[in-house]
Amino acid sequence: MSVKRLRFIVRRLLQAVPTVLTIVVINFFLLHLAPGDAALVLAGEAGSATPEYMADLRARFGLDQPLYVQLFAYIKNILVLDLGYSFRHNQPVLDLILARLGPTLLLMGTTLVLSVGVGVLLGLLAAIGLRTWRDNLISVLALVSYATPLFWLGLMLIIVFSIQLDWLPTSGMETIGAFYEGWPRVIDIARHLVLPAVTLSLFYLAVYTRLMRASMLEQAGMDYVTTARAKGLTERRITFVHVLRNALLPVVTVAGIQVGGLIGGSVVVETIFGWPGLGLLAFQSLFARDLNLLFGIFFLSACLVVLVNLIVDLVYALLDPRIELA
Amino acid sequence: MSDIVLNVEGLHVRLPEGADRSHAVEDVSFTLNRREIVCLVGESGSGKSVTARAILGLLAPRVVADAGRIVFGGEDLLQVTPERMRAIRGRDISMVFQEPMTALNPLMTVGAQIDEVLRTHTDLGRAGRRARVLELLRDVHLPDPERLIEAYPHQLSGGQRQRAMIAMALILEPRIVVADEPTTALDVTTQAQILRLLRELQAAHDTGVLFITHDFGVVAEIADRVAVMQHGRLVEMDRAERVLNDPQHPYTRRLIAAVPSLQPKARSPIEDRPVILSAANVNKTFRTGGGFFARNRRVVDAVKQAMIELRRGDTLGLVGESGSGKSTLARCIVRLIEPEAGEIRLGDIDFMKLPRRALRRQRRRIQMVFQDPFASLNPRYKVGRLIAEGPIINGVDRAKAEARALELLGLVGLDARAADRFPHEFSGGQRQRIAIARALALDPEILIADEPVSALDVSVQAQVLDLLADIRERLHLSMLFITHDLRVAAQVCDTIAVMRYGELVEYGPTAQVFADPRHPYTRELFASVPGRSWTGPVAAA
Amino acid sequence: MGGFFHRFVRNRSAVLGSAILFGVLALAALAPLIFPDTPFALAGKPLSEPFGDFLFGTDTLGRDVASGIAHGARTSLMIGAVSTLAAVLLGTLIGGVAGYYGGRIDDVLMRITEIFQTIPSFVFAIVLVAVMSPSVKSTVIAIAVVSWPGVARLARGEFLSMRRREFVQSCVSLGMGDLRIMFQQILPNCLSPIIVTASLLVATAILIESGLAFLGLGDPNVMSWGFQVGAGRTVLRSAWWICTFPGIAILLTVLAINLVGEGLNDALNPRLRSA
Repeated sequence: MSVKRLRFIVRRLLQAVPTVLTIVVINFFLLHLAPGDAALVLAGEAGSATPEYMADLRARFGLDQPLYVQLFAYIKNILVLDLGYSFRHNQPVLDLILARLGPTLLLMGTTLVLSVGVGVLLGLLAAIGLRTWRDNLISVLALVSYATPLFWLGLMLIIVFSIQLDWLPTSGMETIGAFYEGWPRVIDIARHLVLPAVTLSLFYLAVYTRLMRASMLEQAGMDYVTTARAKGLTERRITFVHVLRNALLPVVTVAGIQVGGLIGGSVVVETIFGWPGLGLLAFQSLFARDLNLLFGIFFLSACLVVLVNLIVDLVYALLDPRIELA
Repeated sequence: MSDIVLNVEGLHVRLPEGADRSHAVEDVSFTLNRREIVCLVGESGSGKSVTARAILGLLAPRVVADAGRIVFGGEDLLQVTPERMRAIRGRDISMVFQEPMTALNPLMTVGAQIDEVLRTHTDLGRAGRRARVLELLRDVHLPDPERLIEAYPHQLSGGQRQRAMIAMALILEPRIVVADEPTTALDVTTQAQILRLLRELQAAHDTGVLFITHDFGVVAEIADRVAVMQHGRLVEMDRAERVLNDPQHPYTRRLIAAVPSLQPKARSPIEDRPVILSAANVNKTFRTGGGFFARNRRVVDAVKQAMIELRRGDTLGLVGESGSGKSTLARCIVRLIEPEAGEIRLGDIDFMKLPRRALRRQRRRIQMVFQDPFASLNPRYKVGRLIAEGPIINGVDRAKAEARALELLGLVGLDARAADRFPHEFSGGQRQRIAIARALALDPEILIADEPVSALDVSVQAQVLDLLADIRERLHLSMLFITHDLRVAAQVCDTIAVMRYGELVEYGPTAQVFADPRHPYTRELFASVPGRSWTGPVAAA
Repeated sequence: MGGFFHRFVRNRSAVLGSAILFGVLALAALAPLIFPDTPFALAGKPLSEPFGDFLFGTDTLGRDVASGIAHGARTSLMIGAVSTLAAVLLGTLIGGVAGYYGGRIDDVLMRITEIFQTIPSFVFAIVLVAVMSPSVKSTVIAIAVVSWPGVARLARGEFLSMRRREFVQSCVSLGMGDLRIMFQQILPNCLSPIIVTASLLVATAILIESGLAFLGLGDPNVMSWGFQVGAGRTVLRSAWWICTFPGIAILLTVLAINLVGEGLNDALNPRLRSA
């Protein structure tokens, strides 16, 4: 079984290669479409832009080579995880990204757990109490959350919980200058995490709630439910043993698809809350026109989605015996 | 103590508002005895399934039994509390459903699903329950119960799944089993096995079985008594021999008269007629589990080295069970599916070698009629347009094509006003007539009918078959007729080709094949036809 | 059609959604009449409180927030509609061809679609706009590029299942050509799921557009709700209204479109709701 699973993972990773390569190629061409090349940016930095200096710079970075040579060089670099150099930060892009990966993963992980967990629970509650006030309330809340722009929600939460009530910090991941250690530090980070995580969660929470409710209702009409009822099972057992597991399958699928959305959302949320993750870095690189850095983050986030999709497929195969891994 | 285990008295079941009638079941009364199989027979919409579900309190939401009594063990099941009903379900009265694939939870092992009945109704420990489940799996003749107990429904064949369902229904030796069309979704050979199994277990445990079916062959096979339902009412109930051989009610008579006989009709020899369509060495394989890099591709030979000849005016029957490749072969012949190899000649044309454009021009010579009249007509267009469409794209003037469409409607027995209506306004049989008119609009030489009556009720089926026979005579058509139903084949076909696993195993004139099947599979197939010894009422003219 | 309208109207939330949407459309249409000046113009004292001289107050540069909302409605609706139209056309074409022809063509097209789906859409949109430099055109292109894969997969599924339907098979045996079958026979039968998806895509497009504008990637010459919220961010502590009202406008519009979309879904696919 585990050999089978391992083989599946290897095969899926191989399947991801063309995907990643295509993304690299898209990346390369977009980078080329961008107005002004690295030389221009650098020259702008230096303040002196004599044509000779520019030509020298271009030669140094291989920008005078034919396009396909540049493409191959680019692919070769990415394959060894050389994502280029950020002139703005004077650091390799990879180092910058790795330094910011942790906070982003913390934010996204919390969000995923929060939105899937609470969403499934609310969807379940709504489906069980179909057409009661509980169902109506949950459905209306989900509908509104589904329509709320992330950035606006974040700002409103700041107004209420930070400015008016002064319960939670507005920005950052830790209190600056406090230098907490151990548990106090964990609590400090958790306090900083609440607002960004809630902001990012709400939309997806709505997605999962609606999906779970619809999925429960759909499964409740299936033939096997009638069979279960004909066996003399209680409604409780039918709901929790038979319907629930079947209803979870589409939620798992969608949770995988939504990870890409979470990355996009984290750009906005991290910007608002000053959360020191990849999203904030992407925002900063955008306005510094630090394209190497921006594309590095873009590439890595796509890879992250590929990876998460693989994990979701594994989870799905665990939940659904009809999916064969081999 | 009397032998009656179930007594249904004056049962009424009301449908929700907006349905096409107020009651699905009206004033139905019957009894079921210990150790007896009662067949509840009727066409679709007769209320037979609703009656069955009312007994277990499994009616759909907003469908209610609003009058009558269902007496079981001194209790009226319509009056008991939900808790009491739950205690009865699965323990005293259990149910077997039509489609075992959807009736089983796909995410739970077969063993666990059977075990649930024991968990719910008994105090047996884990080991005791497991032993009992294994015993039952053996009783229903499932191979390797130790392994099967851990299997998921999708890993079993259709017949095995239905056996598992039966094990689940019988594990607590209930006094009544309600079986709702339990063999309809199965192939004929599997059906015969399941019917035998039900008979065997029912006799062993003195169970009363209420068996819902639409098939009089099945009735002849297993019923002790028969109740016939029409439009929610019970029109006749009596011993099986009596209903089958000397029906009293006019509706029952009509129904039984519509059941095709297994005795092939006498036919004029056709060997001297010219061959109009021939196919030789046709091969088609399907690959499953697709996608790039997929290593687990399975290759299935859907059609292997098939060879047929259709003569002018002949009806050639392609007979076989599901997955035998009969539909695939027919679709290969008209190149709806491109075969990998093969030679197909239509008259003097090499049909296989035609380039796309020429193929489109030649297509009109072979037309198809499909199984599902609900799916074979585009719901967006009116009937008149649907019929005229073919000629118009083949270059016939619009006005002429529309006039011809009206003529054709008359030919298939429909009113000319039908042209102005949409397909959903017609019944299944009427739609099949429309589909036939559409196929005829191109004046084809050959008609391919793919299970054209399988989705229809038996009385409608007879009408459509008569229409096809009539049209074939009048228009001198040749026909390739695909069916899984040997009774239909016996009545319709001049020549028969029996297929199995993509191969032709038997090929010859209908009368000869029926009288003296050569291949062991053909013999098994014939032996499996339900009610084959029943010949219908003696023509009491 | 009568049945459709009846079912749609019976759905109270759909009617509410239509009413709100109609209001937003009216606001967009009448914006130049109600607020003839450009919304970028200095209208009064900076940071005036709402419900005084100005209904929704003024921002840091003295721009009328209400005027911005009215003109922003034009931007949001226009970008939402045009980008969705582009995404639906492209997605239906690609998905339709893949589903109809199947085989190799399907493999290749769906592989491409999947790759586009793998790329995180909002980040992709940011990168695209950054590369093309912010403008209405680049926003529309970016949203269309990240939205079409969903439509393509839907259309592919529909075409694939229709392709196997018997009425399509019978059209093939009548000798009908591929284009005719695709556009005359199959397409009308899968329009309703596509319309429903399109309506929900408009809502998503508006959210993406406002997000881009909020990050400063909107067209600098065109007023938009996201831009307004972004502009008010720095004075969140002292002037809550600058962020709040445009946000409510986005919320209501997106909510209304979602309600209409669901109403369409219930009305076009009545089977799904009978349970």
